[in-house]
Amino acid sequence: MNKIVAKQELATKIKLVEIYAPESVEEAKPGQFVILHIDEKGERFPLTIVDANISKGTISLVFNEVGKSTKQLGILEEGDDILNLAGPLGNPSEIENFGRVLCIGGGVMIAPLWFVASALRKAGNEIIGVIGARNKDLLIFEDEMKAISDEFYITTDDGSKGYTGLDFLNKILSQKNINRVVTMGSVVTMKAVSEMTKSYGIKTMVTLTPIMVDGTGMCGCCRVSVGGEIKYACIDGPEFDGHAVDWNLLVSRKRIYLPEERISSLLNERLGGINP
Amino acid sequence: MIQIGGTRIPMQEQKVQERIKNFYSVPLGYTEKEVVAEAQRCILCKDAPCEKFCPVNMKIRDMIRKVAERDFKQAFLIAKEDNAIPAIAGRVCPQENQCEGVCPLGIGFTGNGINIGKLEAFIADWAMENGIKEKFYVKERAEKVALIGSGPASISCAVDLRKFGYKVTIYEALHKAGGVLQYGIPAFRLPKDIVEYELSYLTEIGVEIKLNNVVGQNIKFQKLNQEYDAIFIGTGAGAPLFMGIEGEKLKGLYSANEFLIRTNLMKAYKFPEYDTPIVCGNKVGVIGAGNVTMDSARCAKRLGAKNVQILYRRTKKEAPARDEEIQHALEEGIILKELVNPTRILGNDMGWVNGIELIKMKLGKPDKSGRPRPIPIQGSEFIMEVDTVVEAIGTKPNRLFLTKTPELETTDWGTIKVDKNLMTNIKGVTAGGDAMRGNATVILALGDGRKAAKTVHKYILMKNST
Ligand SMILES: Cc1cc2nc3c(=O)[nH]c(=O)nc-3n(C[C@H](O)[C@H](O)[C@H](O)COP(=O)(O)OP(=O)(O)OC[C@H]3O[C@@H](n4cnc5c(N)ncnc54)[C@H](O)[C@@H]3O)c2cc1C
Ligand SMILES: Cc1cc2nc3c(=O)[nH]c(=O)nc-3n(C[C@H](O)[C@H](O)[C@H](O)COP(=O)(O)OP(=O)(O)OC[C@H]3O[C@@H](n4cnc5c(N)ncnc54)[C@H](O)[C@@H]3O)c2cc1C
Ligand code: SF4
Ligand code: SF4
Ligand code: FES
Repeated sequence: MNKIVAKQELATKIKLVEIYAPESVEEAKPGQFVILHIDEKGERFPLTIVDANISKGTISLVFNEVGKSTKQLGILEEGDDILNLAGPLGNPSEIENFGRVLCIGGGVMIAPLWFVASALRKAGNEIIGVIGARNKDLLIFEDEMKAISDEFYITTDDGSKGYTGLDFLNKILSQKNINRVVTMGSVVTMKAVSEMTKSYGIKTMVTLTPIMVDGTGMCGCCRVSVGGEIKYACIDGPEFDGHAVDWNLLVSRKRIYLPEERISSLLNERLGGINP
Repeated sequence: MIQIGGTRIPMQEQKVQERIKNFYSVPLGYTEKEVVAEAQRCILCKDAPCEKFCPVNMKIRDMIRKVAERDFKQAFLIAKEDNAIPAIAGRVCPQENQCEGVCPLGIGFTGNGINIGKLEAFIADWAMENGIKEKFYVKERAEKVALIGSGPASISCAVDLRKFGYKVTIYEALHKAGGVLQYGIPAFRLPKDIVEYELSYLTEIGVEIKLNNVVGQNIKFQKLNQEYDAIFIGTGAGAPLFMGIEGEKLKGLYSANEFLIRTNLMKAYKFPEYDTPIVCGNKVGVIGAGNVTMDSARCAKRLGAKNVQILYRRTKKEAPARDEEIQHALEEGIILKELVNPTRILGNDMGWVNGIELIKMKLGKPDKSGRPRPIPIQGSEFIMEVDTVVEAIGTKPNRLFLTKTPELETTDWGTIKVDKNLMTNIKGVTAGGDAMRGNATVILALGDGRKAAKTVHKYILMKNST
């Protein structure tokens, strides 16, 4: 059992939870994830670690309420328990002094990107921070990202704040000497960023989020193709070289359970969000 | 009336039409009357060949004698002396190649040997229902031992280590303990309350089970090695193997592990009451012919597939699965397609499996395993329509644990290297079960656990005396 010690709504349908997880906190590194299993009937689902507070014994997670499991997590309040939490799983992001790193976070994944970018900054890197969302109301972790960035940009799909879309990145990529790009966000965002940076020849790390079950290399459900080789995102990743990823496969495999996810979601609404 | 010899008392089973719609146990178990009658058939051989062919050398003859006398309690305690989980071993051991295979009553008329497995399961179930437990006095010791993984190897190791008096802690990666017994073998073969009962017994005798602890991730092996006086590694061989043929990226292609973990551990067969889904089509091809293959095929049947075919490159005779599983699968309408090997998997433009290309095989001279080598017949490829494919061609030790423990010596197969006492190259660290053997059996894992417990005990005594 792991208790939710704090909860906060960051934007519509985007929530942060701080969970007491003393057995996980010490090894929790930026880029790693945990697997939650809210109750006996729930599924195991992954969320990326956003922060780890060793003295309090807590880790923080930020999630988007997209379907049954994340909505159910969203309903839980401070003081409520999660049945099982395993992790940190996966490998930490590569943190070294690369020089100047462009860190691009999209949507809910801005939060875990902030954790990675903070570590990169601590390691001596100059950080160019970029955060983006569909519109200005969905931007999260703006102050936090700004605080650790030497240069900072905002972009929205609809132009309601900052730049519109990702085209402005070309200017940064061509004018600044950038040693590395790290991006976390939707598949669409990470793919677009990777395609852009490829022509500049800048190494770009992405975090892949295929469907997972165990998260420990036992099922092969999370297999992705990187550089023509099959990799398990849970134990070989989740961070990979964005220029080598087979994005179409990832998109295709993420859609396996769409009809079932819809059934779960509808049933969940009818039952008021909790498992009977 | 006591009838020595005679024919085996048949086991009542759930009717086929019923059981393919549920996950309840297929064998219904002997009644008291039946079990006694079956036990009374035993001729109590002087040399008891059955015992020699039991990997843990259970005192089978004495156990059967007690059953014949209706002294189920004593029979249970005898079984427990050598076998920590008789309710489980009795259900899943490949008895036909072990204890029952050499019973003189069975020679000549196959299947007529004493039904040792079912007797064993009966007395263990009886003990569970009647609250009979093995009692032992523990003289507590100060030393601590950590066990990694909670499958049958660790279960038996934990029991014996407690008997020696050690503080025992099991670290398990998943949210439920039991290893394959929990996530792999389906409930219609091994009801989960039996697994839970054995695990609760561990807790009762003072074993601490720490779930959701992935050694190498949230807790480092190196740290355990410092904190504990000795370690047993029972991490199993839980990583799936894929054939490496074209089309394995398609949707609708599962490793048996994923198929079984979703179905059994996560209860996808109860979706949407349980949240984890599974997509099982109407025409399912399952590749392989081991227990895992039979389990996957029978799960597919129960998930509603109309047509389930097992695709095997040899013939039924060579199939490594337990006889009972093959027979049950066939009764359930599953087709065993012999002498075919998949060459590629075909998909539609939405990326879903819609067919499998197979090549016909013939049998050649025996290979290293002693079974005839399957040889492809050039040009005999043909396509079979399927919408789900499950690959059940074996597993290997999980590389998560091994890559995080590079100091541990392994074989070329990725299994952990041990000496004859199951000690690894690291002092005080033992290993056993599938992590050391590769795909093996529950009872061999159990035997390893026992042996490792002895090695650990010796090691600690030696360390203390120097
Ligand atoms: C390594 C990793 C890290 C992740 N980190 C975050 C995070 O920090 N914040 C966040 O909001 N989301 C994160 N996700 C995605 C998150 O796990 C899914 O949104 C969640 O599982 C959806 O479950 P659901 O029942 O709410 O929605 P569903 O209705 O089940 O699915 C909605 C969408 O989520 C995807 N999805 C479903 N099940 C899974 C699964 N078991 N694993 C991955 N994706 C799935 C589906 O493709 C679908 O598009 C991460 C995923 C992975 C693999
Ligand atoms: C579907 C199926 C059917 C089978 N049927 C039969 C049968 O009928 N008869 C028979 O005799 N045998 C059968 N077997 C084989 C038998 O189950 C195995 O040989 C046996 O379970 C091996 O036991 P073990 O203790 O070595 O490992 P496992 O049972 O594999 O348990 C290993 C445990 O270690 C955990 N683990 C792994 N890595 C870590 C880590 N880093 N940290 C913490 N925990 C970790 C795993 O999560 C798992 O719970 C079957 C196997 C399968 C998969
Ligand atoms: S443990 Fe297995 S081999 Fe030994 S007696 Fe029982 S069923 Fe037979
Ligand atoms: S071999 Fe058969 S008949 Fe002989 S003691 Fe064992 S079970 Fe009884
Ligand atoms: S989630 Fe099962 S292998 Fe990665």
